Amino acid sequence: MEPRLIRSKPLLALSLLAAALFSQGVLADNEGLAVTATEVTVGQLHSATGTMAISETGSIQAERLAIEQINASGGILGRQIKVVQEDGASDWPTFAEKAKKLLVNDKVAAVFGCWTSASRKAVLPIFEKENGLLYYPTFYEGLEQSKNVIYTGQEATQQILASLDWIAKTKGAKTFYLVGSDYIWPRTSMKIARKHIENVLHGTVVGEDYYPLGNTQFGSLINKVKLKKPDVVFAAVVGGSNVAFYKQLNAAGVNSSKQTLLTLSVTEDELLGIGGENMAGFYASMKYFQSLDNPNNKAFVEAFKAKYGKDAVIGDVTQAAYLGPWLWKAAVEKAGSFDVDKVVAASPGIELKTAPEGYVKVHENHHLWSKSRIGEVLPNGQFKVIYESDLIEPNPFPKGYQ
Amino acid sequence: MEWLSEFGAIAAMQGFNGLSVFCVLLLMALGLAIIFGQMGVINMAHGEFLTIGAYTTYVCSSLTAHFAPSFQPYYFFFAIALSFLVAGAVGWLVEWAMISRLYKRPLDTLLATWGLSLVMQQTFRSVFGAREVSAEPPAWLMGSVNFTDAIEIPRNGLFMMGLTLLLTATIFLMLYRSRWGLQVRATVQNRLMSRAVGINTRKVDRMTFALGCGVAGVAGAAFTTIGSTGPTAGSQYIVDTFLVVVFGGAQSLFGTIASAFLIAQTQSLSEFFLSGSMAKVLTLSSVILILMLRPQGLFSIKVRK
Amino acid sequence: MKALDKLLGGQQNLIGIMLLAVLILVVFPLTLDAFRLNMVGKYLTYAFVAVGLVLCWGYGGILSLGQGVFFGVGGYCMAMFLKLEASDPQSTKIQSTPGIPDFMDWNQITELPWLWQPFHSFTFTVFAVIAVPVLLAFIIGIALFKRRVGDVYFSIVTQAIALILTVLIVGQQGLTGGVNGITDLKTLLGWDLRTDSAKMILYFISAGLLFGCIFIGRFILASKLGRLLMAMRDKEERVRFSGYDVASFKIFVFCVAAAFSAIGGAMFALQVGFMSPSFVGIVPSIEMVIFAAVGGRMSLLGAVYGALLVNYGKTYFSESFPELWLYLMGGLFIAVVMYFPNGLAGLWDSHGRQALAKLLRRKPAPKAEIAPVTPKAETKILETQP
Repeated sequence: MEPRLIRSKPLLALSLLAAALFSQGVLADNEGLAVTATEVTVGQLHSATGTMAISETGSIQAERLAIEQINASGGILGRQIKVVQEDGASDWPTFAEKAKKLLVNDKVAAVFGCWTSASRKAVLPIFEKENGLLYYPTFYEGLEQSKNVIYTGQEATQQILASLDWIAKTKGAKTFYLVGSDYIWPRTSMKIARKHIENVLHGTVVGEDYYPLGNTQFGSLINKVKLKKPDVVFAAVVGGSNVAFYKQLNAAGVNSSKQTLLTLSVTEDELLGIGGENMAGFYASMKYFQSLDNPNNKAFVEAFKAKYGKDAVIGDVTQAAYLGPWLWKAAVEKAGSFDVDKVVAASPGIELKTAPEGYVKVHENHHLWSKSRIGEVLPNGQFKVIYESDLIEPNPFPKGYQ
Repeated sequence: MEWLSEFGAIAAMQGFNGLSVFCVLLLMALGLAIIFGQMGVINMAHGEFLTIGAYTTYVCSSLTAHFAPSFQPYYFFFAIALSFLVAGAVGWLVEWAMISRLYKRPLDTLLATWGLSLVMQQTFRSVFGAREVSAEPPAWLMGSVNFTDAIEIPRNGLFMMGLTLLLTATIFLMLYRSRWGLQVRATVQNRLMSRAVGINTRKVDRMTFALGCGVAGVAGAAFTTIGSTGPTAGSQYIVDTFLVVVFGGAQSLFGTIASAFLIAQTQSLSEFFLSGSMAKVLTLSSVILILMLRPQGLFSIKVRK
Repeated sequence: MKALDKLLGGQQNLIGIMLLAVLILVVFPLTLDAFRLNMVGKYLTYAFVAVGLVLCWGYGGILSLGQGVFFGVGGYCMAMFLKLEASDPQSTKIQSTPGIPDFMDWNQITELPWLWQPFHSFTFTVFAVIAVPVLLAFIIGIALFKRRVGDVYFSIVTQAIALILTVLIVGQQGLTGGVNGITDLKTLLGWDLRTDSAKMILYFISAGLLFGCIFIGRFILASKLGRLLMAMRDKEERVRFSGYDVASFKIFVFCVAAAFSAIGGAMFALQVGFMSPSFVGIVPSIEMVIFAAVGGRMSLLGAVYGALLVNYGKTYFSESFPELWLYLMGGLFIAVVMYFPNGLAGLWDSHGRQALAKLLRRKPAPKAEIAPVTPKAETKILETQP
């Protein structure tokens, strides 16, 4: 055999391969991902069944809507998005398992998913090891920053500090009663709140209580609140407990005419179960409310209702989930590639002027710059936006609050 | 002095809170006391019968709001009655299809009814959606009654108390003063002998089970005023409920009442002084400790074995 | 030789064990990819609990609805060791206190709590994985069996214990990681657990340990103790009158079941890479009973099949028909309890064996274990006769 031929064989193969790749439009750096000339596959990983299905349904719907809209407008880099949906079934090992399946078997370019901190913690090591990309929609406790996750919800300081400042200023609040469900998000949030109240606002925390998830009896707590007479009850009660908490507060005569209450955990979704009349006049701190008055949001609400029925409600997390696919699209287009490392590198600085919440920008630390808003609960289950902060820098590891 | 009167007011309200927790526990446990205490059937789907009542009330509430808004102040009574009937009817069916075949295997009823509870939860989810819903309680049930400036007693608590009293009294009368009650108690004590003297134990069982489920339905309807209505709402109550019945001594209705009272007061008081999670742990642990000392429960009927 | 024969339980059971061994050790590793094999490995850790339940529920008549407690405690012991190894000062240097697990740092804990100190040692951890749950089971057993707490009461009390432990773990999040659990476990004595080869090796270790547990179970059942257990389940009073200390036997078998569950929990933490309170509570505990019930409460091997089958079904249906999953699981459970109280193993004994025998043109072999279908009930009726 002639040496020349040996040398040229791999060369020929390479050039053939390259030609094939380019003619199909598959870029070499998308290797290892499910990207073809016409399609790119992404994953969706939420609980469609189990106890968390209550909360995660909205996120699933919003992500679907965003992906459909992106496809209708021509897709990303000329490719249509194909979704592989997996059910985490409200079970953390299942989340881990399905995350691995999406990344290893389906080779998805990005995953939109998770809701609870526990599910995110369960999949995080897998995303880091397999070098996947997760868009996580829920407002959460912070204390985390991963190369492989973009956090589209608010971290704790964004949600808490501005709202506490507002309530101290407008209500002259000096004494606070902190109440939460017993797990990491409320506890971390209350810790930050306490530091801020004591060190910055120079107020006092007159009580701090945590109840097990699913607790349904709040009578004793309500009496303690009545005894301590705090200026503000600051609440982060979640799930079924939420409903019991507000119904019993209202029944005990603790309503907005007598007590100021600010919550971190009630969105339009939760209000459906609680009933607006049980909470009317209380305040919630979120970055998004369905009633926000801007053209982006009008279009979003209209599209959402057109797809999911006129009675559909949109909460903070639903909107944050909607941002995920759009942020990913912007980053992919900026990077010119689906490659996770390139998309991650392109992400900081990405702006989204079409966001229903107004304007967001991805920070170096993978969280979003966003505004904090205070909504007042209306009896019809909606919020009236009464305060809007400036754009707040995300700070997942706040100095002086740990 | 002002401080003292305030303290008195809080003590009064806290005492009332203990009473309303007591009513909640007793309402949950009454149905189970009949089913588990009298029949020995471990019904793990008891919480789901509560949920049936809650959803029935929700449906009544939405229908009223939609078709007859003027009926709104009164619909709640109707909803409670309907909840009793619906839950009772489902209970009747379940007894016929499932429980009647398992009387000889008490531990197996536990497992089978747990399967049933899964099926029922998913049914709720398919029919009403995974999200929680809210039945709008009539206006007269909301708010509180002010005895003094400081003492405010929630109206739904008072209502719940009245309902509990009424229900307990009715069940007491039925069990101890009616022919049916006599038959139930006879069947519990000696099934073979009862059959021999001409009691249709099949029918008695079915009625008893249906009644227990119906009572759970009423409790579920009442709970819509204080808690959430969702597919898994009922299952949150199940462990507490069983503990109340077991702690009281399974076959004694009086024991169930006493144990509901004790557990409620412990829980309510410890919640006042401790964080909610630790109060729960404390209450459950003390119940278990006492159960270890008195395995038969607080009040046990001496049954010849 | 006789002892070995006893251990294996005769020719019929030897074939059964061989079949299972071939399936788990040869067929699965050859046909499944690394991802699916890891999932089967996870199912096998549940099989430990199911095997324990066959001993204490099927043969001992003790229905524990709190096996998740032991699974969880075993798993937590292992997870604590792995977490300490993962939180060396180097990889936790961004924390305010480097060298302690991340969740402690978030909870303002600045020093490793004393409860965690011994878990620096691997030897201690292996010891604790078994010893702590067994001690717990021993205390529960002493308290409940010595006082002659009845079977139904026992089930409800164990359920309450599962609830208490869950609330405690969730409430003490500085110590336990709370609802999130102990996550992000990386290496075991420097060996990276997250690689495919590590998962493969762990799978075989799990399978080996599981067979070890099955042999121990067989040995117990073949001994006099096994006969006594069954006698107790069927006529507890008579055994007591014959002079046996019934409570001690019950405590023993309960502790054995707890130890099996704990081994399962520890292997779970190793293979899945985290441990959380969601495996401790009431729902997982009852699900574990389902595995044993579906496989056959009287059959050690059946329990393994039950765990594999139910979990496979769960994964398959929740992937393909998420809406239907709970209907199927609930329906399966009702059907098994009502119509096939001895589960798959019972079906095999009543139909499969004969069919196989016909196929092989042999006489049907006598049943190895005669399982009374309704032992409790008959006793109840007799007992209540005046």
